[in-house]
Amino acid sequence: MVSSSLRIRELCKRYGDFVALAPTSLDVAKGEFLTLLGPSGSGKTTLLSLIAGLAHPDEGQILIDDADVTHSPAYDRDIGVVFQNYALFPHMTIEDNIAFPLKMRKVSDTEARRRAAEALETVRLPHVAKRYPRELSGGQQQRIALARCIVYRPAIILMDEPLGALDKKLRDQMQLEIKRIHRELGTTIVYVTHDQEEAMTMSDRICLMNAGAIEQLGTPQDLYFRPRSVFVADFLGESNLLSATVRGVDGEGLDIVLAEQLAASRAVGNGSRFATGEPVKVMVRPQNLVVGEGGQLSGRLTDVMISGSLTRLYIAPETAGLPQLVAAHPTRSGSAPYEIGQRLSLGWHAADAVAIHDGKEI
Amino acid sequence: MGAPLVLLLVLFLVYPVGQLLLLSVYGDNGFTLAQYRQLFASSVYLDVLLITLKISLVTTLVCVVTGYPIAYLISVVGKDRKATLLFWVLLSFWTSFLVRAFAWIVLLGRNGVINKTLVSLGIISSPANLLYNFGSVLVGMVNALLPLAVLTMLSVMENIDRNLPRAAATLGARPGMAFWKIYFPLSLPGVAAAGIMVFVTAIGFFIVPALLGGRRETMITQLIIDQVQQTMNWGFAGAISVLLLVVVLIVFAAYDRLLGLSTMTGTSTPRNATPSRLSGPAARAGDALLTLLGGISDRIILLLPSRRRDRNPDQAGMGLQAFVWTMLLIISAPTILMIPLSFGTGGLNWPPQGFTLHWYETVLNSPVWTQAMLRSLLVGIGTGLLAMLIGTPAAFLLVRSEIPGKAAWLAFILSPIVVPRMIIAVGLFYVFARMGLVGSAVGLVLGHTVVAVPYVVMTMMAVLRNYDTRLDHAAQSLGARPLATLRFVTFPILGAGMMSSFLFAFATSFDELTIALFATGGLNATLPKQFWDEVTLQVSPSIAAVSTCLFVFMGLLIFVAERLRRRAAAR
Repeated sequence: MVSSSLRIRELCKRYGDFVALAPTSLDVAKGEFLTLLGPSGSGKTTLLSLIAGLAHPDEGQILIDDADVTHSPAYDRDIGVVFQNYALFPHMTIEDNIAFPLKMRKVSDTEARRRAAEALETVRLPHVAKRYPRELSGGQQQRIALARCIVYRPAIILMDEPLGALDKKLRDQMQLEIKRIHRELGTTIVYVTHDQEEAMTMSDRICLMNAGAIEQLGTPQDLYFRPRSVFVADFLGESNLLSATVRGVDGEGLDIVLAEQLAASRAVGNGSRFATGEPVKVMVRPQNLVVGEGGQLSGRLTDVMISGSLTRLYIAPETAGLPQLVAAHPTRSGSAPYEIGQRLSLGWHAADAVAIHDGKEI
Repeated sequence: MGAPLVLLLVLFLVYPVGQLLLLSVYGDNGFTLAQYRQLFASSVYLDVLLITLKISLVTTLVCVVTGYPIAYLISVVGKDRKATLLFWVLLSFWTSFLVRAFAWIVLLGRNGVINKTLVSLGIISSPANLLYNFGSVLVGMVNALLPLAVLTMLSVMENIDRNLPRAAATLGARPGMAFWKIYFPLSLPGVAAAGIMVFVTAIGFFIVPALLGGRRETMITQLIIDQVQQTMNWGFAGAISVLLLVVVLIVFAAYDRLLGLSTMTGTSTPRNATPSRLSGPAARAGDALLTLLGGISDRIILLLPSRRRDRNPDQAGMGLQAFVWTMLLIISAPTILMIPLSFGTGGLNWPPQGFTLHWYETVLNSPVWTQAMLRSLLVGIGTGLLAMLIGTPAAFLLVRSEIPGKAAWLAFILSPIVVPRMIIAVGLFYVFARMGLVGSAVGLVLGHTVVAVPYVVMTMMAVLRNYDTRLDHAAQSLGARPLATLRFVTFPILGAGMMSSFLFAFATSFDELTIALFATGGLNATLPKQFWDEVTLQVSPSIAAVSTCLFVFMGLLIFVAERLRRRAAAR
């Protein structure tokens, strides 16, 4: 198993006045699958280009296994990159494409051919060796790009939205494929995507980026259940965000008052410190918003959407100052049909209500 | 990277042209306006200027109006038909002006096809004088420049979204209205670009009026040739050049005011074209006119039999197709009709009689012709290589890096296309004469590279814009060093583009007469120069033989270039 650790120290990149990446530090462990997640323009692709050596940082350091590679050219880094549009060489056959990195490393022709065939086996496309990239489908091209990358066993593999151009079904399939290859090779992978679902399913850790800086770094569970900011709560999955004020703090638990309703309720903190009297946002995930009797809130049903396994209820709260709420539960056949305009009572467990600082200060 | 190109243009474009313009105001006793006084003293020169403008304007109108349907048809038909149509346009485009003008002499002559046919049909009793008048010059000019107009308009039309007229149809526009209100306005930048390209080229023409025109169709560049070749009056030649240059600059300035020069380089597509600078009443009047045209067209379509009306709007009508093929026939026929005559024993009289290779033997056994041929090949290859070597790096620089004043640099590099060729030629002759380069192949290669390099830069820029730089990044991330990246990835992918720009430069040089006219001196003629010398002396069947060879050679060259281009596009 070949894999390396990656350390980034205060790495920074500007284009004129525009800060593409504010000074950023990040450690990726050997064999880890780390995802850089964020909206477009958040700096994730910039960070990836800097690691790959395709762009040059203004400040900071990049260390691979403790060796400083900040100023090494791309071809000396032993990093593999899977590009967003695959970047297969159009004038070479699939076999030549895959053998290219070996040829650059002066591997003998027969050995290169043998290993190319092996890589094609790994991505389950052994029969396309003599074809040209344009003769393959998008999904097949994606696999070839992956094969070309793993064939020379780079210590770190970077993937820039590799599944962005594929349709949903193919994307799910390729996600599994990439996970399998990661397991088999044990290579360190840094993966860029703007798809939060993809990030959640694939990563050991997620590095959520926003406006050229890291917003939160942690396991998918951390980010999902303990978001450090409203941005994180909003970006990862659906969430109901209710304005509230802290009335008391006891350990992990908080006494809060919702909006202008002045109804007391309970919540848990997201790991940071809260002060009494502080305005917060309380996040309740749709699946934790329980429709039934005796809840904290009530509202009128405005819309019902059934998206396969989940049924979503859109509810306008009767309390002033609260936004439209979404509640979700598994779709069941035979349950009583909802009626638009019907009055519903909504509740949640204190453990499922997470307080987040309102604003950005932490 | 752009330094060699800038050096070349400064030394062999800016300096010679500057010298020539200076000569017009510097006499033996310093500054003088005597040349200009002579220029405006009699009405002779102004009359020539007016004739030049008249011929150019009529040529431009005819080329644009007849070229538009051709370009339109090429832009809408399927891939195979398009290749066929394009082949004929390109063949005509690349066939030497000389060959085409000569072909018209043969065709329109007293014993040419047209006179013979008319007499045998009994329409006229004796051969008419079809040559050496305004009509023959116009036919020759239109034949020479129509392909240019078609190709220029085509480049814009191919970028028009085919869905827009369809969208108009779903919104309730009948075909006529959809064409005039949607398609036509979007194609206007192409029409304007074609108009100015044809007009400016026409102003600087001398081959057609010299061969097909009489005394009353003398154009301004012919005056410059006379001044240089017969009287060696550099000052006066300079003054006429200034007049010519001023006219061209006025045309460009007017164009820029109305439409903006950016429409010419092809960088702006109709999709994001800036709105026309015509504003207020002019724009409203134009819109009203288009609405009127649309309405009239739809009325006419409604009058047609209903079967015609219901056909698929995406298919070109029979009328359009017939028109286009007729035009293509007219511009290709003279050259093709000349081929049987070159094998005939009856001279250049129609119909061809007998079969002989005598004229080809005459040409091949004549050292003058064979040396001219060799020299042209040599100079052509030299020009192709030099233009590629200095044009490609400049294109890389213009596309890949952020340099200040990019637009100005581009304009400078493209200026050899704008400055009338005759002015460059005379200026180069003057400078070469002092450097001892007259009659040398080196001088010719340098001169030809100046006029060929803009095409190389434009072609390579287009190729580079389509080139995905992520492929280079991929190669580097896979371990390829910069040189290996160039060798295994960049150049193989750009290869076809580089080859076709080489061919373009080669063909430009191979067909170049204006610079060769002076820079070859009396000896060491290139093929076009030898052709010109012969044809101005006498019209003989051996010239038909040479023309046939040139025609076939160019046909092969285009065929190869098209193959290359398509292979590159298939990837």
